[in-house]
Amino acid sequence: MAILNEEQEMLRDMAREWAANESPPAAFRQVRSQQPAEGYSPDAWTTMAAMGWAGIVIPEAHGGSDFGWLSAGLVVEELGKTLTASPLVASTLAASAIVLGGSEEQKARWLPKLASGELVGTLAMDEGPRHDGRSSATVEGGKLSGTKAFVHEADGASLFVVSAADGLYVVEKGVGITLSSRKLTDQRSHAEVTFASAAAEKLASGGDDLLDQVLDRARILTAAEMLGMAQQVFDVTLDYLKQRVQFNQVLASFQALQHRMADLFGDLAMMRSAVEGGLEALDAGGPGGVGVPRAAAVAKAEANRVLHTMSREGVQLHGGIGMTDEYDIGFYLKRARVLEASWGSTGYLKNRFAALAGY
Amino acid sequence: MATLAEPKTATTDNAFREEVRAFVAEHFPAELKGKNNALASVEGPSRESAAEKAWREAMGSCGWGTPTWPREYGGGGLTRAQTRILQEELARAGAYNPIGGMGVMMFGPTLLEYGSEEQKREHIPPIARGEIRWCQGYSEPGAGSDLANLQTFAEDKGDHYVVNGQKTWTSGGQWADKCFAIVRTDRSDKHNGISFMLIDMKDPGIDVRPIQMISGMSPFCETFFTDVKVPKENLVGAEGQGWTIGKRLLQHERTNLSGGGAMARLMGQALSDIAKKYLEVGDDGQLADKVMRDRIADFEIRWQSFLLTARRAVEESKAAGGVSEISSVLKKLGTKLGQERSELLIEIMGLQGLGWEGVGFSDGELGGTRGWLFGKATTIYGGSTEIQNNIIAKRVLGMLDHQ
Repeated sequence: MAILNEEQEMLRDMAREWAANESPPAAFRQVRSQQPAEGYSPDAWTTMAAMGWAGIVIPEAHGGSDFGWLSAGLVVEELGKTLTASPLVASTLAASAIVLGGSEEQKARWLPKLASGELVGTLAMDEGPRHDGRSSATVEGGKLSGTKAFVHEADGASLFVVSAADGLYVVEKGVGITLSSRKLTDQRSHAEVTFASAAAEKLASGGDDLLDQVLDRARILTAAEMLGMAQQVFDVTLDYLKQRVQFNQVLASFQALQHRMADLFGDLAMMRSAVEGGLEALDAGGPGGVGVPRAAAVAKAEANRVLHTMSREGVQLHGGIGMTDEYDIGFYLKRARVLEASWGSTGYLKNRFAALAGY
Repeated sequence: MATLAEPKTATTDNAFREEVRAFVAEHFPAELKGKNNALASVEGPSRESAAEKAWREAMGSCGWGTPTWPREYGGGGLTRAQTRILQEELARAGAYNPIGGMGVMMFGPTLLEYGSEEQKREHIPPIARGEIRWCQGYSEPGAGSDLANLQTFAEDKGDHYVVNGQKTWTSGGQWADKCFAIVRTDRSDKHNGISFMLIDMKDPGIDVRPIQMISGMSPFCETFFTDVKVPKENLVGAEGQGWTIGKRLLQHERTNLSGGGAMARLMGQALSDIAKKYLEVGDDGQLADKVMRDRIADFEIRWQSFLLTARRAVEESKAAGGVSEISSVLKKLGTKLGQERSELLIEIMGLQGLGWEGVGFSDGELGGTRGWLFGKATTIYGGSTEIQNNIIAKRVLGMLDHQ
């Protein structure tokens, strides 16, 4: 665990308490069965926004708290532990794109509403089933056209940060936008979003690498959610091994299982370091900070590696009961693969890391 | 020795940085630049040159070889922040800390915690000055992973003990001046019958025989004790407290074996930089062998997150006040990654990376071969990976045998 200041400890404790009491996996089950149009409980989102979570990376001048990325990561990690369905990650990332690349006028127009939760934003970047960094969407006369695939939290979003061939644009929900839902294994909101001459405003102030800066933030904050998931799978599995009795002994007393848990514990330690390292790099480096691109590749690659293993081992070590819908462990497996494939698969990230390191 | 002025306690970090710079400029011999031999503590006494001796004495007399140890026992008395500045400035000048070995890494911190005032005053200052070499009398032929099964016996003779038995894997035993050992003082109690004592290696009853290893080096010895007389004042802690003290020492050992210590220094150069020298590089500046490129990236990413973990452990142990069971996690991870790196390295070099001796190979290549072989010991000594897994499962995760 990174060394936190008092403010961050309070924020984390508040998030931990709220997630455990008000938004446990049972709340996710409710979202799954009730299928609200947004893909999450609007009441829960209102509460989260009221606690200030939507504005953690937004400057105070624009209605946020400017607590920074490590703080945002702490909250997202806690929500990841309980599989809370919310647009917090998506909206935080959309806001960060405007913070990095928006004009003063654009910031003043959108950031206060994103900070208050009144406006939900998301990133619309990829155009296929895997992240490859390419964008073929085009803009003519302020009208954007193109199709974006598997947009996270598209159903509840009213502001899209869209990548086009020549940069990033903000498109507000309205004429020229159609959504086609894609139900994935995680039962969360995803959609193909088609923009047909939709009114778009360019984020022109962020420099040539604005897209990469936003993607690096997406990698790191997504990795924070994955960290919460991996931690929870580990904790729940450890508890299960301490309770389940076979051959007249608790499973936790078998050395074969002890050593597997010791391996997972080591992996989890590395994942936590990589993710916290990414968040801290964002706080230290600011926009275009020297170490951010590599720190982001390390954070997400490690998150992919460890959560992948953890989610498989979690099911395996639960035995048959882990295969049932009644147990929560399967939800983590099904969300894990969606996040692994988002913002860079392991192969993509390794290639990026090597290229950044010059080999 | 007392030719140097006592270092001033700088009031600000910048003042301290200036002080270190001035010290290095005055005392570090230019001929030693970049010459640190990280394996010196296992290879034995390097033939110490006049320059090396001068540098060791300069660092030792102001305590900066053991920067965080208390000044009253000859340490530097520096804060963590100052220690970091010291390390940065040494590295910047191509200098290094010439004072190390088991006395610094393991025995010193343990004696500072458990030793009597007389013992600390006698033993800590010579370690801080780099004058006395210590070796570790732990493992025995019948007590490896099951260390508490040790049988070397110290018989109580009133004002002294008489020690008989055999230790093995005594690193640097042939060059050591003294030995910190765990020995049996009570045969009726496995764990509470163990005591921690200090033995003079010059005693005539001690016979040291180096063991030739697969690397061709002989850094480890068998050590035989025949009627060795050990004065009672060389008992550390109480009789029967040796297992507790001995385990504490192992935590220091593991922390050093994995993280900030020799391992990190050995890993100096990025694997990818070495690969670019030995493998074809395409017009795009990338390694032409895409499979190897992927494997190197895979390793470098995990190595990066291990370094972050080691740094985090230091910060957390500072907050918690000392080394902990997390040292087992670091040891397990760091040694595995270190071996993986060596294996990748020789694969990158091809047969050029398997030279044993003689013409056709650079010193670096031959060193790489020996390092690869020597490195196989890292997951065995200091408590094997399997023992670390037991410690993590039982002590950290609470997966007890009987519940």
